[in-house]
Amino acid sequence: MPANASDPASPENGRSDPGPVVRFEQVTKRFGDLTVLDRLDFEVAQNEKIAIIGPSGSGKTTILRVLMTLVEPNEGVVYVDGEPLWHKPANGELVRADEAHLRKVRKNIGMVFQHFNLFPHMSVLRNVTEAPIHVLGRSRSEAEDQALHLLDKVGLGDKTDQFPSQLSGGQKQRVAIARALAMQPKVMLFDEVTSALDPELVGEVLNILRDLARDTEMAMLIVTHEMQFARDVADRVVFFDSGRVAEEGPPSKIFSAPENPRTQSFLKAVLDH
Amino acid sequence: MFDWITFTWDMEFALEILPQLLRAAWITLQATVVGFAIAVVVGLVLALARRGPRIVSWPVTFLIEFIRSTPLLVQLYVLYFILPLYGVSLSAFVTGVIGLGLHYGAYLSEVYRAGIEHVDKGQWEAAIALNFDRRRTWTNIVLPQALPPMLPMFGNYFIVMFKETPLLSAITVVELLQTAKIIGSRTFNYVEPYTLVGLIFLALSYPAALVVNRLEARFARQRQ
Amino acid sequence: MGIDLLPTLLRGAGITIQLTLASAALALVVALIAGLGRLSPWKPIRILAGTYVEVFRGTSVLVQLFWFYFALPLFGIRLDAFAAGVLALGLNVGAYGAETVRGSILSVPRGQIEAGIALNFSAAQRMRRIVLPQAFVMMLPPFGNNLIELLKATALVSLITIPEMTFEGYSLQMTTGRTNEIFLWLLLLYFAVAYPLTLGVRAIERRVSAFLRA
Ligand SMILES: Nc1ncnc2c1ncn2[C@@H]1O[C@H](COP(=O)(O)OP(=O)(O)OP(=O)(O)O)[C@@H](O)[C@H]1O
Ligand SMILES: [Mg+2]
Repeated sequence: MPANASDPASPENGRSDPGPVVRFEQVTKRFGDLTVLDRLDFEVAQNEKIAIIGPSGSGKTTILRVLMTLVEPNEGVVYVDGEPLWHKPANGELVRADEAHLRKVRKNIGMVFQHFNLFPHMSVLRNVTEAPIHVLGRSRSEAEDQALHLLDKVGLGDKTDQFPSQLSGGQKQRVAIARALAMQPKVMLFDEVTSALDPELVGEVLNILRDLARDTEMAMLIVTHEMQFARDVADRVVFFDSGRVAEEGPPSKIFSAPENPRTQSFLKAVLDH
Repeated sequence: MFDWITFTWDMEFALEILPQLLRAAWITLQATVVGFAIAVVVGLVLALARRGPRIVSWPVTFLIEFIRSTPLLVQLYVLYFILPLYGVSLSAFVTGVIGLGLHYGAYLSEVYRAGIEHVDKGQWEAAIALNFDRRRTWTNIVLPQALPPMLPMFGNYFIVMFKETPLLSAITVVELLQTAKIIGSRTFNYVEPYTLVGLIFLALSYPAALVVNRLEARFARQRQ
Repeated sequence: MGIDLLPTLLRGAGITIQLTLASAALALVVALIAGLGRLSPWKPIRILAGTYVEVFRGTSVLVQLFWFYFALPLFGIRLDAFAAGVLALGLNVGAYGAETVRGSILSVPRGQIEAGIALNFSAAQRMRRIVLPQAFVMMLPPFGNNLIELLKATALVSLITIPEMTFEGYSLQMTTGRTNEIFLWLLLLYFAVAYPLTLGVRAIERRVSAFLRA
């Protein structure tokens, strides 16, 4: 569902029709004999908030990892902001991208991981400033100002000098969110960011994401098992099954009147337990 | 520093001294095997003694730390020079393998300790529940479970010890290195003998290390 | 117990310490180069580094020492005893250290590298800013143990006539015949240096494992 051509969204893009920010075109990913993504077509509009749901092993993580350039697809093309991600044009053909091309396109994407993956040898502040300084070339003071602002926003303005080992899981995940935001990506990926947390810490992270979804321009791809949360934040819910989009639509439709029997049984299973 | 003597490897000479070196390698292997056998027993005794009452375990712990903190060469000198003063006269070879055995016994005691601690507490409780006596608990229940995972570490130490045997040359045991030294001082040709000694060590220890690695990988898999 | 023996032994101890430090410095540099070399994307470098590691781990340190001291001159390279000692000990311990370096780098969790990719660090930046600092922490305890082994191994260079502590002890026992006292002193002096190091390494080990658990 590409954005409407008359939509004045994304002014920094400069183009009259911004087009989808992410487009998967017939993307296939196999691990050995197992086909995890099966000729997948999938688009994300600018500014769109998408919740991805589906049974375990259906390929949800794999889509995010393909988009983050952590997993290379076997077939198909992924476009980010109109540019091929895993390929680059050469003599009118698409050839496998090199590291320089990957870095250029990848700067549009950010990711928050299930297990945080904070850098244990850096303070909270440095976790957030390290990439802006060394990747984006910001000055230290500029990066620190921005980091303090972001850490405030996730409620950790007082933890800047702590190390990750001194934080709770929920705090770690909030630092990881600030760290990813500091790179100002156009698309942010969230892979089950609350599933490694103790139940009482889930809420604090979900609230941050709710605020973020409301306030930001960036597109968000959120893999989650929290159905109520998906319903609250998503413009569109995508139900994944066996590496394909089995059903998609606005939350009201998917959660209230799913059509696909697979969606129905999946929702019944997760909502009933 | 570089005054180039045109040097060539003398293959004929190398082949001539090879049989003598291989015979010496046999002595080296014997020293390793006997020394290791002693270490296996000493290590077990030390490990068990460490589990005893404090009056035993403290001195034993100190002894282990002391042996591990001082050079094997000095320990060999101590045995070689001091034992005769107390009327114990042993051949250099026997002194050497005892030295190796005691030194590596201290290291192996740590391997035993880790292996024994690795055995699940429930196994001890089961032994009590089945009313085994102490000796049977050890021989029939604990050690059979503790020993197999230790094998790779034993293998590692066997190879380490093999490579330490040239030290016995310092107390006049005519093993591999000493033989090369003798050949060198007789012919004023050190390159071939010492290089061959290095190659012999490599030829024996490298395949052994590969075997140990395989063993290690196997136990690592089993543990999963 | 003969205090009069101490000055000579302590003079030797000074050389033992010098040897230890010089060899440790060489070993550290070589370990880093060879350890990284074994992980190089370029195959000839991997083979070169791997050969170095296997040759020096596969032959005996004493054989290496004798080779450097007695065999190298015949290639036209003449090293004094101290240099031969430092070279043999440093290269030997460096080969073990290289395995530590390699193992530590490989054991940095995959998620750390993925986070580095997600933040768009270059491959070199990921290595320098994310992987190496964490790997370095893991290297500390094994490096400490290597240092202790190195300290003990310096006794070997007495056999190529470097007047370090064991050499001095051995000479004293030849000239004075006061065997018991001399060797007791020697053992005590080595213990006095090595054992605190051991305790230090154990303390670091505990802190590192706490860091890694976090
Ligand atoms: N690196 C890999 N090598 C082999 N198989 C893999 C790899 N990564 C994922 N898989 C397999 O691909 C399938 C899809 O994995 P994926 O992680 O995308 O599923 P998911 O939808 O995120 O599931 P979950 O809800 O359990 O996280 C699974 O069967 C998984 O075992
Ligand atoms: Mg997943």
